Amino acid sequence: MSILINNDTKLVVQGITGKEGAFHTKQMVEYGTQIVAGVTPGKGGQKDDNGIPIFNTVENAVTETGANASVIFVPPPFAADACLESIDAGVDLIVCITEGIPTMDMLPVKEALDNSHTRMIGPNCPGIITPGECKIGIMPGFIHKPHGNVGVISRSGTLTYEAVHQLTEQGIGQSTCIGIGGDPIIGTTFIDLLSLFKDDPQTDGVVMIGEIGGSAEEEAAQWMQNNNFDKSVVAFIAGQTAPPGRRMGHAGAIIAGGKGTAADKMESLRNAGIAVCDSPAEIGKTMANSLQSKMTV
Amino acid sequence: MKIHEYQGKELFRNAGVPVPNGFPAFSVEEAMEAYKKLDTDRVVVKAQIHAGGRGKGGGVKLANGAEEVQKYANDIYGMNLITHQTGPEGKCVQRLLIEEASDIARELYAGIVLDRSSGKFVFMVSSEGGVEIEKVAAETPEKIIKEWIEPNQDLKQFQARKLAFALGLSGVQIKHAVKTFLSLWKVFKSYDCSLMEINPLVVTKSDEVIALDSKINFDDNALFRHKDIQEMRDLSEEEPSEVEADSFNLNYIKLDGNVGCMVNGAGLAMGTMDIIKLYGGEPANFLDVGGVANAETVAHGFKIILSDPNVKSILINIFGGIVRCDRVAQGVIDALTQVEVAIPVVIRLEGTNAIEARDLLKEAEHNFIVANSLADAAEKAVKATGEEN
Repeated sequence: MSILINNDTKLVVQGITGKEGAFHTKQMVEYGTQIVAGVTPGKGGQKDDNGIPIFNTVENAVTETGANASVIFVPPPFAADACLESIDAGVDLIVCITEGIPTMDMLPVKEALDNSHTRMIGPNCPGIITPGECKIGIMPGFIHKPHGNVGVISRSGTLTYEAVHQLTEQGIGQSTCIGIGGDPIIGTTFIDLLSLFKDDPQTDGVVMIGEIGGSAEEEAAQWMQNNNFDKSVVAFIAGQTAPPGRRMGHAGAIIAGGKGTAADKMESLRNAGIAVCDSPAEIGKTMANSLQSKMTV
Repeated sequence: MKIHEYQGKELFRNAGVPVPNGFPAFSVEEAMEAYKKLDTDRVVVKAQIHAGGRGKGGGVKLANGAEEVQKYANDIYGMNLITHQTGPEGKCVQRLLIEEASDIARELYAGIVLDRSSGKFVFMVSSEGGVEIEKVAAETPEKIIKEWIEPNQDLKQFQARKLAFALGLSGVQIKHAVKTFLSLWKVFKSYDCSLMEINPLVVTKSDEVIALDSKINFDDNALFRHKDIQEMRDLSEEEPSEVEADSFNLNYIKLDGNVGCMVNGAGLAMGTMDIIKLYGGEPANFLDVGGVANAETVAHGFKIILSDPNVKSILINIFGGIVRCDRVAQGVIDALTQVEVAIPVVIRLEGTNAIEARDLLKEAEHNFIVANSLADAAEKAVKATGEEN
């Protein structure tokens, strides 16, 4: 099993004829993702290079093809509207890859999500993958090991690949890996996904990769304590050496007013009994040890 | 992006937020002209730098009469102002604000920030104005009063009233405060601000509620739709190497260490800085070269890292996913024909075609130190500085 996506997921690509959209559509098709439609307003009725039918609106795409998930490769000024369109069309899952969406534009999206059944991953994220079944996003598929028992949740992109690579090197496969995005306002949080992994019998452990800024990691730590989350959890927080008041690449990665430091987050997680790695090179090994010790108990 | 106090007050003035009369000055002469235009005896001479704590550092003076204005403008203009936010090296004052002094009855605080958990902006006020608000938040959080603003909506009259009453204001002060709060939100929303602080917001002896200071940050992601704000950017307030990096679309932040790093992806870049520290070194910078690590990008990266004389070794850490490692390796090799790099370069490439990439590097003319893992890379890069850390 897995969470959120699998072999049955039917995907529509918003912005399928753009440079990024077209490139990653091909990559996703090659990985085996079932892409049933694309959307580019004004190009309805055409087909893309992979023979995927293009529609003018997400609503048309959903009605005609039964798509239940969408991925967004739309430029920042128009991306929030693209999210709202997918929510309106009633898809179950949106994965918004776009980086650089204004915060003011994201607030109505967040509200619309709260008032609908749609879940959104991102924005400003690499996407989500259930290895061997379905890849929605821009991550390299080959580093993953299919049908595994460890889930990955991360605010980062390449650092997630690093963690996945370490797991694979240890022989540990992944159930589902999700990049939740580096922006201050995101659709799906650590807690949302931890609660899904909690109910997934295939998942025995979860790698959590946080970073400076906000308090999502502290809230996740509290949630795991309150909900007796008894699977193996290994965490790493990036930005232990980041200076305060500076935005470290991601819009949400900033220590503001003394809040959101790596030290605070690591302490909260440790207090909740979670194995926190000081080094990003220890993630795979620490998970291997943790799974091992659980098995021998 | 940040702007100066006088620029923020200009935005306030245009939106109907009461601020003292004042003019910016780019020299002592201009300061004297500003004083004459204000046509009042008591004025405040304020250093304009992008950092708080200016008063404590000696950058804000109350002047009485032309002679004092001249003296203080002379003192402050060109001074190296050190505050708790500038770092020990301080900042050179190149702009002044000359404004009329206010008759202060009470000092309050007002601020607008994003509450990530609820996904809403929050308007905060406190009766503890004029002091560090972080301290108030930590020690007496009950003294900070908050109202959340619904997405797609505005701060409501009743919310502004609640805040005003909670501050203990009364009579005509309430009316003035409500108008000020609503106008502050108007500025915040219409310019896509990410943070706004008015500390102090003062109640004058004539019951007006005015912004005596302004600190405004803007959402960088929204600057594309605010050309007027972009024009307010003061490049002299920024680190020159960061400005240069920005012009190459590189995300660079200068730090104080001796190991330069070049990484793809912000999270991995932070992680690389962290592991350098764990192995006893100090990162010299944050540098995210993004998804395309080609020869040109890498060459620009080298130039920017090497502009910092403290850097004694460079660690390149690339996780190749969609971008192939052998292409990145070739990019690094080609970059070295454009830039001379006289210090050790440690390279760790992982992901697509990593083995081919390592072979390319080993055959290259340049004497790269090739690392096999993240930990190995950090250890080698720190050792290569040749310095005891």
